[in-house]
Amino acid sequence: MKDVHQIVRGQKFQDRCFAVVGFLCTLVGLIVLSILIIDLVRDGWSRLDYQFLTSFPSRRAGNAGILVAWLGSIMVAIVTAFTAVPLGIAAAIYLEEYARKNLLTSLVEINITNLAGVPSIIYGLMSLGLFVYILGLGRNVFVGGLTLGFLILPIIIVATREAIRSVPNGIREAAYALGATKWQVIWHHILPCSVNGIATGTIIALSRALGESAPLIVVGALVFNTVLPPSPIQNEFPYVNAKWANSEFSVLPIQVFNWVSRPQEAFHRNAAAASIVLIFITLTLNGLAMFIRYRFRKRVQW
Amino acid sequence: MSVDLNQLRVKISEHRAKKRGRNFSAASEQVIELGLLGAALSSIAITLGIVFILCWESIGFFKEVSVVEFFTDTQWTPLFAPPHYGILPLLTGTLMTTFVALCVALPIGTITAIYLSEFASSWVREIVKPLLELLSAVPTVVYGYFALYLVAPLLQKLIPDLPASCMLTAGVVMGIMIIPYVSSLSEDAMRAVPMLLREGAYALGANRIRTALTVVFPAAISGIGAAYILGLSRAIGETMIVAIAGGMQPKLSVNPADPAMTVTAYIVQVSQGDLPHGSIGYKTIFAAGLTLFVMTLFFNVIGHYLKKRYREAY
Repeated sequence: MKDVHQIVRGQKFQDRCFAVVGFLCTLVGLIVLSILIIDLVRDGWSRLDYQFLTSFPSRRAGNAGILVAWLGSIMVAIVTAFTAVPLGIAAAIYLEEYARKNLLTSLVEINITNLAGVPSIIYGLMSLGLFVYILGLGRNVFVGGLTLGFLILPIIIVATREAIRSVPNGIREAAYALGATKWQVIWHHILPCSVNGIATGTIIALSRALGESAPLIVVGALVFNTVLPPSPIQNEFPYVNAKWANSEFSVLPIQVFNWVSRPQEAFHRNAAAASIVLIFITLTLNGLAMFIRYRFRKRVQW
Repeated sequence: MSVDLNQLRVKISEHRAKKRGRNFSAASEQVIELGLLGAALSSIAITLGIVFILCWESIGFFKEVSVVEFFTDTQWTPLFAPPHYGILPLLTGTLMTTFVALCVALPIGTITAIYLSEFASSWVREIVKPLLELLSAVPTVVYGYFALYLVAPLLQKLIPDLPASCMLTAGVVMGIMIIPYVSSLSEDAMRAVPMLLREGAYALGANRIRTALTVVFPAAISGIGAAYILGLSRAIGETMIVAIAGGMQPKLSVNPADPAMTVTAYIVQVSQGDLPHGSIGYKTIFAAGLTLFVMTLFFNVIGHYLKKRYREAY
């Protein structure tokens, strides 16, 4: 008969073996992420200077820069935020606070789940067919931003719904008991209570939009653009304008794609440098979201 | 007495004014509700827009190309003479890169999930999980760069005469990208398995790994399945990695060492050029897009039902 201690030791050994394997597997992703960042920095760091950030694209790699690209990214992100965030939060409020359990509601819910799984490039095709050709809006910042807005709408809805759901019912009941109307309860209590969760989801969604290039390529963002959009600030009343929304554009990921696919080595270094900027933006936004989530979890105790 | 009556009148009119105010607020409450309903319905409008545009342009395509040719022809050369409109090379390209990606992501993602859910201490989990999510936050075009200029040369050292861009390179990098999709949802599913089941297994003398593999994993299988399908559908729809590192050659091949073109990469290739609106070349991207949409929809629906099942289980 086998010694019991021996069996137990064997079993514990198995456990320890798997713990090591599991830990290594967990590290694979993190190691790859670090290698990716190190590789980018090694290839592109020397290109990353003031001149690179403030120059137009050029046929000569040494003179080329990402001015148009990052301006385009910011403009598109503004349009995306202004369409997707209000729409997404409103839809989430409806689904959590108003919607009755009926066919329409479940249809909307299933639909949102499905939209979240639709490949991004399909949104580009939709915009190309609908906005560019049927409605004739042109291939401009507005259409690009709207496309990405639709793309991130499900992410914002899901995140907002989760945030609203985590507000305890006691808050609602207390407000109703003091005679507040439904909208007053939502506006004064539920939204302020869930603002952290909503912010986290919104930031993550926007970082996704900033890194997205496929749908914008389909819509027809220009890769070689040497014209700046018109300034949003003007001298006459009302001092700001939205003409920039009607201009042609390029964004950072598309600029990277363009440089990656060129044969010359020098352009690859440009691509690496632009990737550093891009990855810095998205990782910073994700870090910010994590920070908000962490603080929120620590401070609020219902 | 008369004074009191006057006071009463004032009070009544005050009350009416208040009531009018409340009526107004009731009306605005309804306006708000309608507005919010409109926002919720906008998601349906987007879906309808997608389906309408894809079908509309595809109908135009299938008027000129028969469905039979579309699904049986083994060549995809819509922009050359003589044009061939067989989607099969694009489909094999998509499925093979997805297969390679899953070969990377499923084992690593599953083991990571088991480790994080059953073995890791809570602080390791708290740190590692958000860091892993960063993998899916990296823009895919950056992964493309990474695949073409770092992973491809490495793979070429391992496997001699591998072309610089091929399905293997693109698939491996895509697999790394979807690890967090697989691991995160699988881990949630395993953690949702009640502690009682684990305690039962421990009481019978099973060690941790045995409990994880024979009790927790089977109990969480529908959630894990949903995670796998989410990863699968991400890989099918992924565009930039395969466009940069996949080779861009529509060849009917199931050898991962061959360059190929996926459905998404084809759409990108055509969009970079300047195809006139209404031409057959323009319509091909919508037919390709419709195929892609139907494929992902199919997997999403399966994933949705698996997820629902795991939610109902306990």
